Amino acid sequence: MTESITSPWDYAPAPESRDVAGLRPSYRMFVDGEFVDGSGQSLTSVNPATEETLAEVAGASAADVDRAVTAARAAFESTWATMPGSERAKYLFRIARLIQERGRELAVLETLDNGKPVKESRDTDVPTAAAHFFHHAGWADKLDHAGYGANPRPLGVAGQVIPWNFPLLMLAWKIAPALACGNTVVLKPAETTPLTALVFAEICQQAGLPAGVVNILPGAGDIGAELVAHPGVDKVAFTGSTEVGKSIQHRLAGTATRLTLELGGKAANIVFDDAPLDQAVEGVVNGGFFNQGHVCCAGSRLLVQESIAEELLDRLRTRVSALRVGDPLDKNTDVGAINSAEQLSRITELADTGEAEGARRWTSPCPLPSQGYFFAPTVFSEVHQSMRVAGEEVFGPVLSVLTFRTPEEAVTKANNTPYGLSAGIWTEKGSRILWAAQRVRAGVVWANTFNRFDPTAPFGGYQESGFGREGGRAGLEAYLDV
Amino acid sequence: MPTPPPALPGDLAEATRDDSTLKRFLHGLPGVDRVGLEQRAADLATRSIKKDSKLWAIDTAIGMIDLTTLEGADTAGKIGALAAKARRPDPDRPDTPPVAALCVYPDLAATAAEALNGSGVGVASVATAFPAGRSSSRVKLAEVELAVSAGADEVDVVIDRGAFLAGRYGQVHDEIREVKAACGRAHLKVILETGELATYDNVRRACWLALLAGADFVKTSTGKVSPAATLPVTHLMLGAVRDWRDRTGLSRGVKPAGGIRTTKDAVRYLVAVHEVAGRQWLSPELFRFGASGLLNDLLMQRRTQLDGHYSGPDYVAVDQ
Repeated sequence: MTESITSPWDYAPAPESRDVAGLRPSYRMFVDGEFVDGSGQSLTSVNPATEETLAEVAGASAADVDRAVTAARAAFESTWATMPGSERAKYLFRIARLIQERGRELAVLETLDNGKPVKESRDTDVPTAAAHFFHHAGWADKLDHAGYGANPRPLGVAGQVIPWNFPLLMLAWKIAPALACGNTVVLKPAETTPLTALVFAEICQQAGLPAGVVNILPGAGDIGAELVAHPGVDKVAFTGSTEVGKSIQHRLAGTATRLTLELGGKAANIVFDDAPLDQAVEGVVNGGFFNQGHVCCAGSRLLVQESIAEELLDRLRTRVSALRVGDPLDKNTDVGAINSAEQLSRITELADTGEAEGARRWTSPCPLPSQGYFFAPTVFSEVHQSMRVAGEEVFGPVLSVLTFRTPEEAVTKANNTPYGLSAGIWTEKGSRILWAAQRVRAGVVWANTFNRFDPTAPFGGYQESGFGREGGRAGLEAYLDV
Repeated sequence: MPTPPPALPGDLAEATRDDSTLKRFLHGLPGVDRVGLEQRAADLATRSIKKDSKLWAIDTAIGMIDLTTLEGADTAGKIGALAAKARRPDPDRPDTPPVAALCVYPDLAATAAEALNGSGVGVASVATAFPAGRSSSRVKLAEVELAVSAGADEVDVVIDRGAFLAGRYGQVHDEIREVKAACGRAHLKVILETGELATYDNVRRACWLALLAGADFVKTSTGKVSPAATLPVTHLMLGAVRDWRDRTGLSRGVKPAGGIRTTKDAVRYLVAVHEVAGRQWLSPELFRFGASGLLNDLLMQRRTQLDGHYSGPDYVAVDQ
């Protein structure tokens, strides 16, 4: 389908102002209520859209981990655990409001550091992060009513390690419930995206949060390993790759440390032949390409019923061609930059195996910027279960399309994965939604929508996608001694 | 010359054979998920259109306006004033494009045709017992004939919503067919009155019904019922004409009408046209705005874009 008449309407650039990020040449780590120099190797944060250096960030050492855990322990024992829930709630509400007030700054900084489109950091990451603090602030004085008996106790010091795909949002998912339940926190942001976490530390100061309740330690994987294995840590929460998750679980086996893991996924988005087609296409695009596909619950496996496969694919390619890929700071950009050169080469390698294994590769004809780490949205059709692109998590804007004939086959294929984080079901038939949702082994099942996040809804996985829930009443269990 | 009835592909021609095949066809269309449609419309509404793109959008939107007056109190004098404005919306800035058409009641179509003679601005007339559509076929057809003979280039007709909601699709179809024949050379815009159709599924069915019956345009509303045009409904209709083009190769237009008052609104609709239907639809041949107040806001914004500062409502002509 070609457009014969063209208009001059290529949207003029609409860049968000970079200045509002308040970017500084260097950032320090946050321990015991103070910004301090780290004694570890410092990090360099790079803007993945331009490859320019954004800032030098203090890196933590093993000794810093020890200091932070000690500070968190002291804060836990002297103030936070003994403070009435209604008082803790005030701090959380204050933090939530400050996130909103500094929302634009956080959104632009997140986009600079991570490469995601500012449309998403502005409309999803920052508001949802604030929502998690509001939600958990409300729980802080109602834990008696959470279903875990009277007066449930906090665990102590939580060591939390988060990924680079939603830096501020993952921080909120981790810190808000921990604090609401009376725990104190040492959090390590991802090596490539530490900046918003350090602005969050400023917000903690602004909110008057007692020293030591929240500590932020930038660092690489080795610091994460130090933190999770520290004997002063009572609870570990990790979001990241299944590989690292397994090593943490191995490390903590036989210890008293509590553990929750939120790991990889290869979610099936199942489109039945009676689906609302246009909205299913939107949901498939969202599932595959939201946040450049850097989403652990991404709907990266499209399972479509054979009778509509061709029509759906046609519509899908047309729709994906319209995605605007480019400058993440432009308010009209739909798909931004891949977070790092390393991730880009991993995506490129996996996509090449798809082609080598005989899947049909289609790439969006969108223009790509000459600088920065970009990958054009890609759809593989004629994919079979045995191919690597069908089984492995790509964590990039790559969608694999498989077909099915019967609902049973759809469920079998959807469940044929070591993961089990999320799934999507598209049909106009309510009974089929319930039938499929009961059979799909996934922690989150979306019906006629995808990638909808809400602090009231528990999120978490089956099998190698991890265990434990974040959000909702169920999510409190991970931070209470029950 | 009268346009011959379009040659539809076999399955579509078959769909209109009788009442029951028509019903099967319309009810076999894919469903519309309300949440998803509204979310998509809201997402696209966040597009940020600036500078040259905004100026282009303003001029394009001006050229797509069916400048409308559909009041019991309309007079020949008001039609004359609006016709002058339709030709030259901003006399201080003669490079401002004229609007697409002037939309009036059938008894004033002759007045409008005379006032617009030779200007290139079309005359659109409502017909078929607008806005309720409650009359006999005979009366409705007579009204179409009145409008066309008075010089209307475009006829905006309403469908019989009562018949549609009762499932008498054949009756609605045949009525549109007859109206289309009575239109002769005039373009036919079929008003679905989406505010009365209750569900998006019904809007999609009504779109296809109108297209099968030969509509040149599908139009959301009369402007007399609330809600009138909305972004989600327009998204849905743009999707229908896009699908129609894919199935038949024929390009049909969409006209949201009622409730679109600001430049910001208009730009959002144009973004939807651009990204849902495609660039080809960014033309008055295939997209119109049914509006009265919108033009003045577009003119003020146009001045602002060119002058670099706001002027004010006193610098554009009021429509009274």
